[in-house]
Amino acid sequence: MGAVVEKPSQDQGETRPAPASQSKRRDARFPLVVLALAVALLVTLTLAVTIGPVAIAPLTVWQIAVSRLTGLASGEWSAAHENIVWLIRLPRVFLAALVGAGLAVVGVAMQAAVRNPLADPYILGISSGASLAAVLVILLGLFKFFGIYSLSVAAFFGSVMAFVIVLTLAQHRGTLSPVRLILVGVALSYVLSAGTSFIIFRADDAEGIRSVLFWLQGSVAGAKWSYLTIPSVAVLIGTTYLVLQARPLNALIAGEETAISLGVNTNRFRRMLMVVAAMITGVMVALAGAVGFVGLMMPHTVRLFVGSDHRRVLPVSLLAGAIFLVWVDVLARTIVQPEEMPLGVITGFIGGPFFIWLMRQRRDALGGGRS
Amino acid sequence: MTLHVEKVTWRVEEQAILRDVAVDVAAGELVGVLGPNGSGKSSLLRCIYRALKPDAGYIALDGDNVWDLDAKEAARRTATVLQETPGEFEFVVWEMVLMGRTPHKSMFARENAEDHDLVESALGQVGMLPFAERSFATLSGGEKQRVLIARALAQQARFLILDEPTNHLDVRYQLEILDLVRGLQVTTFTALHDLNLAATYCDRLYIMSEGEIVAAGTPEDVFQPALLRKVFGVEAEVQVHPRTGKLHIVFLPAHAAAPSATASNEAPASAVLVGES
Repeated sequence: MGAVVEKPSQDQGETRPAPASQSKRRDARFPLVVLALAVALLVTLTLAVTIGPVAIAPLTVWQIAVSRLTGLASGEWSAAHENIVWLIRLPRVFLAALVGAGLAVVGVAMQAAVRNPLADPYILGISSGASLAAVLVILLGLFKFFGIYSLSVAAFFGSVMAFVIVLTLAQHRGTLSPVRLILVGVALSYVLSAGTSFIIFRADDAEGIRSVLFWLQGSVAGAKWSYLTIPSVAVLIGTTYLVLQARPLNALIAGEETAISLGVNTNRFRRMLMVVAAMITGVMVALAGAVGFVGLMMPHTVRLFVGSDHRRVLPVSLLAGAIFLVWVDVLARTIVQPEEMPLGVITGFIGGPFFIWLMRQRRDALGGGRS
Repeated sequence: MTLHVEKVTWRVEEQAILRDVAVDVAAGELVGVLGPNGSGKSSLLRCIYRALKPDAGYIALDGDNVWDLDAKEAARRTATVLQETPGEFEFVVWEMVLMGRTPHKSMFARENAEDHDLVESALGQVGMLPFAERSFATLSGGEKQRVLIARALAQQARFLILDEPTNHLDVRYQLEILDLVRGLQVTTFTALHDLNLAATYCDRLYIMSEGEIVAAGTPEDVFQPALLRKVFGVEAEVQVHPRTGKLHIVFLPAHAAAPSATASNEAPASAVLVGES
C-alpha cells in the first residue's frame, strides 16, 4: 500500500531550494536523451539494412544511399547489392521504423484520451475493422477494383468505419466518456472479429487463410518507397499536433475534472485526439497489418524511465517505438530463414516477458503507489 | 473576485439535482457549503467550475457569465482543488504543480523562469518544497492535498473552489489545510462535511438539502438545533466554545438525546457523520 512518510514541519520547506534546481537539471538533460536515441535510431537503421541472407557492410549501405540520393558515387558495389539495399531493405526498414513510431505515439495519445493504461491504438476497434476488410479482400476477393492497393485501401476504410461507429455509439448527451469509448470499442471489436473468424472458417483456400493470419499479425515485407509517403506525413502531422498539446494531455491524465478546471475543453480535445489517433493507426494498419503490443508497451516502458510528462513521453516514444520495431522486423525475417515470421509473434514473445520484467523491477511505479 | 449564482437548476432525467440555487461570495470571503451526502454540494461546485452546464440559471465571476468565457479564461479566474488523482499515471510533485500554469500558456509557449518561480513559491507556501521530486502517488493524503492547493496557487486564480478538502485527513491535517486556505486571503467557496470545521473557519455558510439552499448566513445564523435536526437528522447542542469563541456543535447520540441527558463532549455521532464520503 502507499508509503506513509514522515511529515516535515511547514517552515522546513522554505529554506531548501535544492529540489527545484534538480527539476531544472532533469529538463536540461532531456535533449541529450533525445539526441542519444536519435543516434541509436540511425545506427539501428544502418545495421538493420546490413542484416539478411546477403550480408552488406554498413559503409556500403551509406555509400549506396548517398549515391542514390545525390548521384555522387564513391566505392564499389554490385548492382545486386544496390538493388537489395535500395529497393528491398531500406524501404522495409523505414516502414518498420514509421509503423513502430506511429503506433507508440498513438498508444500514448490513446492512453491519455481514455485515461486508461491498458488502452492501445486498437481500442476503438480500428484493427478489427481493418482485419475484417482485409479478410474480405484476401479470401472473398472484394474491392479488387483498387488493384494492387486493394488490401491497403480496404483496410484503411475498414478502420475508419469501425472508428466512426464507435465514436457515434459512444456519444451520450453530447459527451464522450472514456468508459463508454472503451466498452463500445471492445464490444465492436468482438463483433468484427467474429465476422473475420466466420469468413476464415468458411474458407477453403489454405494459402489465402495463411496470408490472412500473417496479415492479422502484422508484417512490413514487400515495402516499397512509394508506400512511405503517406505514413511519414501521418506520423509527422500527428506527432506535431500531440507534442503541441502536451500540456492538455498532462492535465487530462491528471483527471477529467482537473483538466476542465485547468481550462481544457475535454470533450473537444478528446474528440480531436481520437481523430488524430484513428488517422495514424488506420494508415499503419493499412500498410503493415495489426502489429500488436508496440502501442501498448512502448508508452509504459518510456514512462518508467522519463515519467508521465508528455513533453518527454511523446518524443521518446516516437524514437523508441521506431528502434524497437526495426529490430523486431530484423528478427522476423532472420530467425526462420528463408521463411518470415509475422511481427506480432515476435513482439508478443519478446515484448511481453520484457515488459513484465521491467514492471517488476520498478514495483513502485505502475499502480504500486496509492491511487 | 466575486461569485454570483442565480437560480441555478440542473436536472438528470427530469429529476432536479439542483433547484433554484442562489449563492453569493464577496471578494476575500471564505464561504462554505454544507449538506448531507447527495444534497447537491458537489454538483453546485461542478457547475461553477464548468464541469456541468446548468439547465437554467446564471453563474457569474466578477459579473461575467462563466459560460461566456472561454475555457482557458475561466480557468485563469478559478482554481479548483478536487479529490482527483492521476491514478495509474506517475507524476512527480513538481510536475503536478506546474500543471497549474496550463491555462496561462499558449500551445507554442514553453515554461519560463517565471513559471518555475511560481511553482517554487507555491510549493514553499504549502511547505512541500522538499517533496518537489517525490512521486505524487507516494504522498500521504494531507501531503497530496497540500500539493493540489499549491497547484491552485500556481494557477494564480483569484477565486478558489475546494471540494471537501479535509476529507479522509487526520484531524491535524484538517486544521492545517483550512488554516492554510484561510491564510491565503483568496476568495474561496468550499464544500465541507464537518460542521465544526465550517463553524470555525468560514465567514458565511450555505446549507443544502435535496438540491436546495435551505439556510444561509453566518455560522451563528444557520447552526440552529432545529435546522440540524431537519437537514442532517441529528440531535445536536450548539455552544460557543470558551477558548475559540467559535460555535461548537455537539452531536447527541440517540440514547443521550432525551431532554434529561446533559451534553457530552465525547460525540460518537459526529464520527459517523464526517467519516462517510
